[in-house]
Amino acid sequence: MYDRKLITLARMQPGRSGVVVQIQGGHGLVNRLNALGIIPGKKIIKISSMLMRGPITIQVDRVQVAIGFGMAKKIMVELD
Amino acid sequence: MKILLVGNPNVGKSVIFSRLTGVHVIASNYPGTTVSYTRGFMKVGEETVEVIDVPGTYTLEPTCEAEEIALRMLNTGDIVINVVNAINLERNLYLTLQLLEKHIPMVVALNLWDDTKHRGIDIDLGKLKAFLGVPVIPTVAVTGQGIKELVENIPQAILPDAVVRTPDERWATVGSIIDQVQHITHRHHTWSERLEDASVKPLTGGIIALAVLASAFLVVRFIGESLIAYVLDPSFNNLWAPAVLKLSHLMGSGGFLHDIVIGKVVTGEVNFVESFGLLSTGLYVPFAMVLPYIIAFYLVLGLLEDIGYLPRLAVLLDTIMHRLGLHGYAIIPTLLGLGCNVPAVLATRILESKRERFIAATLVSIAVPCAALQAMIFGLVGQQGVQYVAIVYGTLFVVWITLGIILNYVVKGFSPELLIEIPPYRLPQWQAMLKKLWLRVYGFLVEAIPIVLGAVVVINILYFLGVFNAIASFTAPVVTGLLGLPREAVTALVIGFLRKDVALGMLAPLALSAKQLVVGSVVLAMFFPCIATFVVLLRELGVVNMLKSAGVMISAALITGGILNLIL
Repeated sequence: MYDRKLITLARMQPGRSGVVVQIQGGHGLVNRLNALGIIPGKKIIKISSMLMRGPITIQVDRVQVAIGFGMAKKIMVELD
Repeated sequence: MKILLVGNPNVGKSVIFSRLTGVHVIASNYPGTTVSYTRGFMKVGEETVEVIDVPGTYTLEPTCEAEEIALRMLNTGDIVINVVNAINLERNLYLTLQLLEKHIPMVVALNLWDDTKHRGIDIDLGKLKAFLGVPVIPTVAVTGQGIKELVENIPQAILPDAVVRTPDERWATVGSIIDQVQHITHRHHTWSERLEDASVKPLTGGIIALAVLASAFLVVRFIGESLIAYVLDPSFNNLWAPAVLKLSHLMGSGGFLHDIVIGKVVTGEVNFVESFGLLSTGLYVPFAMVLPYIIAFYLVLGLLEDIGYLPRLAVLLDTIMHRLGLHGYAIIPTLLGLGCNVPAVLATRILESKRERFIAATLVSIAVPCAALQAMIFGLVGQQGVQYVAIVYGTLFVVWITLGIILNYVVKGFSPELLIEIPPYRLPQWQAMLKKLWLRVYGFLVEAIPIVLGAVVVINILYFLGVFNAIASFTAPVVTGLLGLPREAVTALVIGFLRKDVALGMLAPLALSAKQLVVGSVVLAMFFPCIATFVVLLRELGVVNMLKSAGVMISAALITGGILNLIL
C-alpha cells in the first residue's frame, strides 16, 4: 500500500493533479470544504500557492477555490 | 404568497430577481454580493406575489451571517426558485437536494445556460427533471433568455417528496445524477482561463494586482478631475453663479435668511466653497466636488466587480490581512468602504466570525475614507500640493495596518482561514454596469444631498446662536493644544457627524496651513463615523461593541492627529 503517493494539499506542487482521499479535520471543516465540492474521491488540480504560507488555489470540477494554508494541510491528496 | 430565490453564491440570483420584479439590485461577479434580502413583487397569472432575493448559500448548515439570513428566510417561503449554476452542476445540486428535503414547492432555474456550450458541458434536461421531480428551466439571466418560461412554470412548482438524507448519501446521489445527466467534452484552455490562473500566482498575480490598482486609481482621478474641470466647474461658475448673485441682490445682500439661502457674499462674489449657503456651498459640494468622484469610483469598482477580479485580490492579500486579524476576503468590505462606509459595514457579513466583523468594521470606519471625503481631500488638500494628499493617504494606510495589528493582538480569538470560490472572469455587460452605476449614484443623490443641505442649515443656525463659540472655548485645549488647529476647527469635527464632506469644507474659510489641513483631514476621517455609518454600525455590532469601536476611533484619531502635529 505504500506505493500510493499521499501528500497534503499544502505540500503538493502547483500544476500537479490528484484525487482527494481524506479531510483530516473536524465536522465543521469537512462540511465547509464539502459544500465547495471538495469531497473524498474528487479530482483536483493545484493551480498556485501564495508565498509565506498563503492560500492555495485549486481547480475542482470547473471552479477555482482558494483555501487557507492551515486547511490545505488537512487535505490529503493522492497524486496522479 | 412568497417566492424565494435560493442558490449557491454568485449564480445570478440577483439578476434573475431584477428580471422577475423590475426592482434593480446590485449584482456583481463575486460570491457574497447580496448580504441582506431584497423584496419585490411580480405577477403570477392574476395574482401579485412577493419575491425575495436571498443571500447565496452553499448548504443549509450556515457558516456566516449572510448564510444564516438565507436559512431564516427559507422557513418563510411558499415557493422556492432554486437558481443553479449550469457550469458547476455537481456542487450546486447538493443544495438542491437539501432544498427538496425541506418540502417546499420548487422550480429549478438552470442559469448561465449559454456558458455550458462553449465549456463543453452537455446536460440532459429531461433526465435531470426526472431525477429531481420538479420543473427545470434553462435560463440566461443577463440576457433574459428563459425568464418567461420560468415565470410560466412557477404555478407548476411541485411539492417534492424527497427523503431526508445524510450528507454522504446526498453526495452519493449527486454523483449518480451527474453520471447520468452530464457529459463533459475535453477542450483546451482559453486565454481568459490562462489569465485566471496567472492572477492567483505569486509573481504574475502581484504584477497584475499592482497594474489593476494603479490604473484603477489613475482612471478614477482622470474621470473625476475631467468631470470637474470641463463640466461642473464651468456650469457652476458661468451659469449658476450669476443667478445666485442676482437672487442675493433681491434678498438684500445680507441677513439671517440670506445667509442660509445664499451664504456669505464676500466682495460681491459668491464663493462656492466658503459661502456656506444652501444654493452656494450646499449644492456645489455634493454636485461639483463629490458627485464626479462618486461616478468615477463606482464606474471603476463596478468594472472590477463584474469582471470578477476582487476575489483574486483577496487571495493575493490574504497573508497581509491575517496580520490584521482578518482574512483576504475582508478586502471586499474595505474596497466598498472607499466608496461609502455604509455598504462596507454591511458587507462584513460575508466574514465568518464576530471578531472578524468587529475588526473589519472598526478598521473601515477609522481608516477607509469614503469617496465623498476623498473628493474633498483631493479638492482642498490637493490645492496645497499633491505631497500633502499623499501624506493623508499614507497616514491612513499606516493607521489601518497598525490598528489592525493591535486589534488582532488585543481582541480575543483568532482569524479564520480563507475559503472562497473564485468566479471565472466574465466580460462585463455595459448595460448592466451602467444600471448598477446609476443605482449607486442615485443612492448618493437621495441619501446624501438632503443631509448636506440639512447640515448647511444647521451650521448657519448654530453659528447664529453662538453655539460653536461655546464648544470652541470648551474644546480649545484639545483642538489647539494637541492638534494645532484653530479653535474654530472643532465646528468641522462636530458637523463631521452629519456629513464628512461638508465638514471638511468648513475648514476651507479658516485659511489653514497645509500642515493643519493634513491634520484636519486625517482627524476628520478617523474621529467618528458619519451618522449613516453610525446607525449601521450600531445595528451590525450591537451597543457594546459599537461603544468599544467608538472608543478606539476617538483615541486613535487624537493620538494620530497629535503625532502628525508634532512631526510635520
